[in-house]
Amino acid sequence: MSAPVPTTAHVTQRRVTRGRPARRVRPARIGIYVFLVVSALFFLTPLYVMVVTSLKSMDEIRQGFLFGLPQQITFEPWRVAWSEVCTGVSCDGIRTGFWNSVSIAAPSVIFPILIGAVNGYALSFWRSRGADWLFATLLLGAFIPAQVMIYPLVKVLATAHLFGSLPGIVVIHIIFSMPVMTLLFRNYYASLPQELFKAARVDGGGFWRIFFQLMLPMSTPIIVVGAIMQVTGVWNDYIFGLVFAGRENLPMTVQLNNVINTTTGERLYNVNMAATILTSAVPLLVYFVSGRWFVRGIAAGAVKG
Amino acid sequence: MSVSGVNVKNLSIRFGSNAVIENLNLTVNAGEFLVLLGPSGCGKSTLLHSIAGLIDVADGSIEIAGNDVTYAEPNERGIGMVFQSYALYPTMTVERNMSFGLRVSGTPKAEIDRRVQHTAKMLQLEQLLQRKPSQLSGGQRQRVAIGRALVREADVFLLDEPLSNLDAKLRTELRRELKLLHKSLGSTMIYVTHDQVEAMTLATRVVVMRNGKIQQIGSPVEVYERPENLFVAGFLGAPGMNFLRGDVSCERTAVKFTSGELCLALDADTFKPESLGGDKRAVVLGVRPEDIHIHEAGVLSGTVQLIEPMGNHRVVWIDMNGVTLSAVLHDEMDIRVDTPIRFSCDARRLSCFDQTTEQRL
Repeated sequence: MSAPVPTTAHVTQRRVTRGRPARRVRPARIGIYVFLVVSALFFLTPLYVMVVTSLKSMDEIRQGFLFGLPQQITFEPWRVAWSEVCTGVSCDGIRTGFWNSVSIAAPSVIFPILIGAVNGYALSFWRSRGADWLFATLLLGAFIPAQVMIYPLVKVLATAHLFGSLPGIVVIHIIFSMPVMTLLFRNYYASLPQELFKAARVDGGGFWRIFFQLMLPMSTPIIVVGAIMQVTGVWNDYIFGLVFAGRENLPMTVQLNNVINTTTGERLYNVNMAATILTSAVPLLVYFVSGRWFVRGIAAGAVKG
Repeated sequence: MSVSGVNVKNLSIRFGSNAVIENLNLTVNAGEFLVLLGPSGCGKSTLLHSIAGLIDVADGSIEIAGNDVTYAEPNERGIGMVFQSYALYPTMTVERNMSFGLRVSGTPKAEIDRRVQHTAKMLQLEQLLQRKPSQLSGGQRQRVAIGRALVREADVFLLDEPLSNLDAKLRTELRRELKLLHKSLGSTMIYVTHDQVEAMTLATRVVVMRNGKIQQIGSPVEVYERPENLFVAGFLGAPGMNFLRGDVSCERTAVKFTSGELCLALDADTFKPESLGGDKRAVVLGVRPEDIHIHEAGVLSGTVQLIEPMGNHRVVWIDMNGVTLSAVLHDEMDIRVDTPIRFSCDARRLSCFDQTTEQRL
């Protein structure tokens, strides 16, 4: 149950190819590969330009060969982007933004997962009256554009003296993660046999004991999925960070925007590129390391409902 | 271990507006092995789960060992339960699976160890205590599930189709073990199954259910030989009971069954003429396949349609003027398909049901 499900893609492929004497290349297959290569190029070209540009000096960039490899590789733009570039008034590089993002993301991953797990567990096993109604309302919330709620939330947080603070932005992320996290865990727990829960009830387990001793230890796969979704979601957030985090806690995305939009004299393309890559490094890393889990998470959310 | 019974009074269970069980009464005697038998959806599992406290009761009461537990939590009822899917906790070892309930209730560690060791020995699980459920075979898993119920040293054990997920050979083996276990423990067991063989072999009493209603309660032999109604008659037995539609009439002291050209004399001791309530009545006559005897001097005749060899016996399907009958044949008699044969049926072992009420006469 907790073991990862093998991806079925290569299994089916093997079954198809086995027993066929000669693999004939069909036009349809060629078409598919051409399409895949073209789309890969389409998405990889900007990344290539970014990486190449970030390794060039400004003199070389001025020559105008956008796609050319750097004649002299320099890591100076990366150093400047990380620790010297001006983000608005201060000039400490985007590293402050990085650490701000880390301190926003850490609690914004842990708390939504915990609360989402409790919600999902309660909804799928304890089936109290109005549970379905509550869940429907929660899901409805996911369909309302977040922008609509920004102004009321500003007022609410201001009243609670949380506006423009780290706890404030964390609370915002927790609130907006609830529909997806609850759905994720509810569907996961709904796929577990009900008898497991009943057995634990006969054994005398209460709400929290069954949750912490039985359900949570079985939830590793879905916790990983939830963590991936929260890390990438919170890290890529711009608007909430800008509005709610306050001047001291601006996340990396907001600082990156400041780096690129505040220009004094020459536009430092190489530094901008390096800063952008640095900002997107965390979600990229998460995707690369956990692509398989991520797909599973999407499937878990989409297929069962 | 104290031995105690279960008393269900006027029980009603509803899912939404849908009544699954209505006004059901059932008394389970102390030390009894009671089997709830019925087709899927007949409410037998619902009844068991309501006794366990896992389903809310709409009306009525449930008593276990003399205490009213209608609204008690499952763990306060003094029950142990075994589920069809085993429902072992996958992240815990066998030992921790078995001790979970005791740990929850705060039993001293020495006592937990004693009970787990004792139960493991009884079920031959000693070698497996440190394994996870995923490292066990189906039969071992079900043993652990039974062990987990046993360590609770409960008054009453509830078993919900515990053998249904096992293959045929293992099922027979564990069935025997369960019966021996009941013999040595002497505790009350309530067992839900849709398998009539399990019901017949395990039960001290069988409760046949249909659509949330009890059809008949009795010992396996009673339920098999004297079914109360057509449903019970048809549900028990493989191959099923043969049914013949016709009329019963009486001439002086003799009772006769007629169906088309067929005419059978019934045993006057079993079928009292006065129970007919008139001189003629439309009935369904039930004949068990083993009560049809094939021999040359038989009064009935038909054609052999099909022969099914079962190893220690054969099932012979006979076409009697368009009515198909099955007969169980234990000897080596030489019969061939598509040949005419003669047979008779044992008049004292017939069942007779009213055509409209479907009740036994």
